[in-house]
Amino acid sequence: MNIEAIKSIYFFEMARTRRTLLQSVVSPVISTSLYFIVFGAAIGGRIQEIEGVSYGAFITPGLMMLTLLTQCIGNGSFGIYFPKFTGTIYEVLSSPISMIEIVLGYVGAAATKGLMIGTIILITASLFVDLSIAHPFAMLFFFVLTAITFSLFGFIIGIWAKDFEQLNLIPMLVIPPLVFLGGSFYSIDMLPPFWQAVSHFNPVLYLISGFRWSFFEISDVDPLASAAIMLVFLALCMSVLTWIFRTGYRLRN
Amino acid sequence: MTPIVSISNLSKTYASGFQALKGVSLDIEEGEILALLGPNGAGKTTLISIVCGIVNATSGKVTVGGNDVVRDFRQTRAMIGLVPQELTTDAFETVWNTVSFSRGLHGKKPDPAHIEKVLKDLSLWNKKDNTLRELSGGMKRRVLIAKALSHEPRVLFLDEPTAGVDVSLRKSMWDVVQRLRASGVTIILTTHYIEEAEEIADRIAVINGGEILLVEEKDALMTKLGRKQLRVDLAHPLERLPQSLASYNLTLDEDGQCLIYDYDTSAERTGITALLAALAEAGIRLRDISTRQSSLEDIFVEIVEAGR
Repeated sequence: MNIEAIKSIYFFEMARTRRTLLQSVVSPVISTSLYFIVFGAAIGGRIQEIEGVSYGAFITPGLMMLTLLTQCIGNGSFGIYFPKFTGTIYEVLSSPISMIEIVLGYVGAAATKGLMIGTIILITASLFVDLSIAHPFAMLFFFVLTAITFSLFGFIIGIWAKDFEQLNLIPMLVIPPLVFLGGSFYSIDMLPPFWQAVSHFNPVLYLISGFRWSFFEISDVDPLASAAIMLVFLALCMSVLTWIFRTGYRLRN
Repeated sequence: MTPIVSISNLSKTYASGFQALKGVSLDIEEGEILALLGPNGAGKTTLISIVCGIVNATSGKVTVGGNDVVRDFRQTRAMIGLVPQELTTDAFETVWNTVSFSRGLHGKKPDPAHIEKVLKDLSLWNKKDNTLRELSGGMKRRVLIAKALSHEPRVLFLDEPTAGVDVSLRKSMWDVVQRLRASGVTIILTTHYIEEAEEIADRIAVINGGEILLVEEKDALMTKLGRKQLRVDLAHPLERLPQSLASYNLTLDEDGQCLIYDYDTSAERTGITALLAALAEAGIRLRDISTRQSSLEDIFVEIVEAGR
């Protein structure tokens, strides 16, 4: 194991976060605060509690997931796409480092950033609403698993993308609708039966539901099903990555 | 002696169907400077990229230090430093960070003293805290060399290292290369400045159309293929060549002022003595005599043209 190389990539990536502090950290905090002001205070004041949880608190896990997903995919994809774009990837490819070590460096950094920002949002949220976490270990499990899985997913997008348009396609166009329609801001019980059924095909629903369960013990789907879906998605990402490494897809061709 | 880099029957066909390498075989000895010459698109960069692990080969085998570049990539890549052709740099990083990053990537523990030495050798020390976007093209090129030397490689690939670099910088770069060679580093370089290869290389390999056309000791190549030209300036212009000189391979220049005699330096008899005697006999008075040896560039053009 080339530990020095993993450390180098990891800290190199983390250094970029420091350089782009406004964009990486301050901007998600501001946008989350805006969500709390708009949905929590302005609209939420007129919405009753959902299953005994105040609306402001109810939306917190969904907001954390929204940020976590976009940040992890964004960081995971940009981290590997940027060297491909500038050409500095030559150095990583010609180093005595296995693809698994490359992933540990890039995905580790992307997941760390996602977790840092998720934590900052949790702290920001706690300034607006009363929060309690019923199952801290389950919460951590979902939090960390999501960060790793979606950073991996982002990494795959970064390898696949040929230009900035493709790079932003999934984080900008696919993820927000999935998160918004995945019950971030409502319980799917509030939907008509047809849309409830449709929602069950949205993987993000399981994620948010499981995460919310770890906070308030209320969920749209069984938390075990949430964990299972997450693990399946993780396995899927790892299989795709294994195939990419074997074939050198868009890296060594 | 076993070669430090051994390439056998290496082929590469890109997804587009373009065949960049067609069964290339080449051995590179430890401690030598090999110049890889070839026109644009000849396959030089693809060859280097496969040895360094950036591109997967379609078929064939490459070993570095006796290790296979695919199976034992950790050993081979740890031995290799690469200076790419393109000026690819992390614009927002500082010189110090980017060079230290390269060392780490190659699995070496941080060694500020070594990085300092490399930066000083390349006259980059006073720029160590500058970000790369603030540097000129020549400076960036030196940073790429510093990155390649950061992990103390035994084999150094220099892909067009002096493209776009001014004369004095180029000279100081070749000083660095000579010092590296003196310390036992094997150097493989591609360049468009053939006179540089002529000056610095021990051996020359010529590649074109994905095939190695020739690998030869530079001196042997110069002797073997080097043709010499004797120019005889005449005191009085001639209208045409006298009949008595017809048996010599002579040409008269346009204004009749100069006779040009091509001869082969490796031939047993160059025929110069006989020619001069024949000139005297024909009553031709000479004003001056000069000889000119064909350069590596002439040889290179000849080989590539012949291969077409």
